[in-house]
Amino acid sequence: MRIEPRPVSVGGVTLSNHCILAAGVLGTTGSSLGRALANGAGGVVTKSIGPCPCDGHPGPCVVEVEGGLLNAMGLPNPSREFVDEVKPLAGKPVIVSIYGGNAHEFRMVAAWFEGIASAFELNLSCPHAAGYGAALGTDPLLVEECTRAVSSLGTPTWVKLTPNVADITLCGKAAERGGASAIVAINTVKAMRISTALKRPVLGNRYGGLSGKAVFPIAIRCVYELFEVCSIPIIGCGGISSAENVVEMMMAGASAVQIGTAVKDDPLIFRSIGTELYSDAGVPAESIIGCAHD
Amino acid sequence: MTDRPLQVVQITSVAQETPSVRTFSFSPGFSFRPGQFVMVTIPGVDEIPMALSRADAITVQKVGDATAALFRAGPGDLLGIRGPFGNGYPSLGRTLAIAGGVGAAPLRPLVMSGTVGCLIIGARTADELLFLPEFRLKTNVMVATDDGSAGYHGLVTGLMKKVPLAEYDQVCVCGPERMMHAALQALDSAGIADRSFFSLHRYMKCGIGICGSCCIDPDGRRVCRDGPVFAGNTLIDSELGKYSRDASGRRKPV
Repeated sequence: MRIEPRPVSVGGVTLSNHCILAAGVLGTTGSSLGRALANGAGGVVTKSIGPCPCDGHPGPCVVEVEGGLLNAMGLPNPSREFVDEVKPLAGKPVIVSIYGGNAHEFRMVAAWFEGIASAFELNLSCPHAAGYGAALGTDPLLVEECTRAVSSLGTPTWVKLTPNVADITLCGKAAERGGASAIVAINTVKAMRISTALKRPVLGNRYGGLSGKAVFPIAIRCVYELFEVCSIPIIGCGGISSAENVVEMMMAGASAVQIGTAVKDDPLIFRSIGTELYSDAGVPAESIIGCAHD
Repeated sequence: MTDRPLQVVQITSVAQETPSVRTFSFSPGFSFRPGQFVMVTIPGVDEIPMALSRADAITVQKVGDATAALFRAGPGDLLGIRGPFGNGYPSLGRTLAIAGGVGAAPLRPLVMSGTVGCLIIGARTADELLFLPEFRLKTNVMVATDDGSAGYHGLVTGLMKKVPLAEYDQVCVCGPERMMHAALQALDSAGIADRSFFSLHRYMKCGIGICGSCCIDPDGRRVCRDGPVFAGNTLIDSELGKYSRDASGRRKPV
C-alpha cells in the first residue's frame, strides 16, 4: 500500500510529508531540529518548554529495553531562552511543545512563541513529572481548560494525550471542546525496570515512560478509539518505525504520524520511510485514513 | 539483544593519579575503541559520561556532585554502566597526540597501544600531569605546564610550534575546551585540520543519540552518537571554544 505524494495539511499546519519528529527527540536545540527537517522530517515538534528552566531528573534518564526505550528525562528545558533557538526556523513546520502546572502557565509559555511556532503541542501526558504532564492530562476538565487557554491565542493547538487512563476518549473529547486543532496520541506508557544486581529501579526517577515498537499496538488501539468519537484530526504516535506502520496508523484514524524512538537506530528514517510510503501510483491518503472502521 | 538495561560492574581498585584525579578499575571490562565512552551510574545519585581510560577503568576528575559521590566509592562498590558508546579515534597511521589535564584519559588507550609517535601533554602544574611514567615507556613525550613546574612553561600550543605537525597522518586531541580551540587554530594554520580529531565533551542525558542534549551548533551533530570525536575541519565554525549548553539546554559561555 502506497500513498500519492501530495501537500499535507493537518491540524492547521502545512507539512512537507506525513511523518513528524516527535517531541522530546533531538528537540533541545534549533540546529538539531533544523537537521531533522533537512533529513526529511515533514515537521518537527520541539522538546517540551515550561515556565522555568529545568535540569530534569537525575540519571539514568534513558535505558534500552526489549522493544524500545524506557525514559524519565524530567522535562529538562531552557524555558524562555528557547525562543532564540527556534527563531531561525520561523516559517518552517515547527510545532512548539509546551507544558505548565496550570492553564495560566500553559498560556504564558505559549505566548512567548506566538509568531514563531506553526502550532503548539500541549504536553498533557508526560508520565513522570510531578505536577505536570499526565498529572493534569488524566483529568478531562483540566485538559479542556488548558487547551482553551492556549487555543484562544489563535495559533493551532495540538493536544498530546496519555495512554495511562482508563478511557482516552474522555480526554480526546475534552481537548476538542477546548478548541484543539488536532489530537496527538500517544505519549509514553508508564513503566519501570529494576536492576537485579543493584536491587533498585534502573531509572534515576524510578518510574519512566516506555516508547518504541513495544507500544505500537497500544497506540493503534488509542488512535482507533479516538477516531470513533472525535472529529478533529488525530496524529498517531507510538512505536512507528516503518512505512507499513504509518499506513496501519492511518487506517486506525491518523491523519499524520510522529516518529521518535525509531530515530535512534536510523537518523535518516524520515527519508527511508518516505521512499517506501510515497508513490505517484499510490492512493490518496484520505482514502485510507480511518478505513479500518466500519 | 540481551535484555539488560544496565550492566553492573564492581570496583576492584582505586588509584589516586593526581591530587584531583582518580582511576576507578572495575570488573568485568568492555571491548571498546580508544576514545569511546560509557555512561556510568553512581547508584542513587546520577549518571555521567566518562571516557574509558582502559577496557576496565575510568579516570575521573572531581568536578560536581556525581563525581564527588563516585570519589566516596571504593573497592567492592557497584556501578551501573551503559555502553561503550560513540565513535572513538580513527587509526590512520603515524599519530601525534595532544592531551590537556584529564583529557589524557581518553587518549591513554591510544598511547598504550603503541601507535602514538609523539605525545604533547599539558597540565596546570607538574602534579596534575596524568599517566606520565607509563606514557614515557610507550612514546616520545613533550611536557608543558601552565606554571612552569615541569617541562615547557606555557600552553601545549607553544610546544606544537616545535613539532613538524604536517609529518603526522593524524593528530588526536583531548583537553579543556579552550585548549582544544587553540589547538584547532594551530592545526588549521598548519593546513591539517582535516587530519586532526578532537574528543568533545558536552552535557549528556541519553548517550544513544536520541535526547538531543549534547547536540552542537551549527549543524546539530550529536556528540554522543556522531562523536565524541570530530574531525577538526568540521569544527572550525562551530560552538567549540565559544559556548556549551547546561542540563536545561541553556547556553553557557566557555
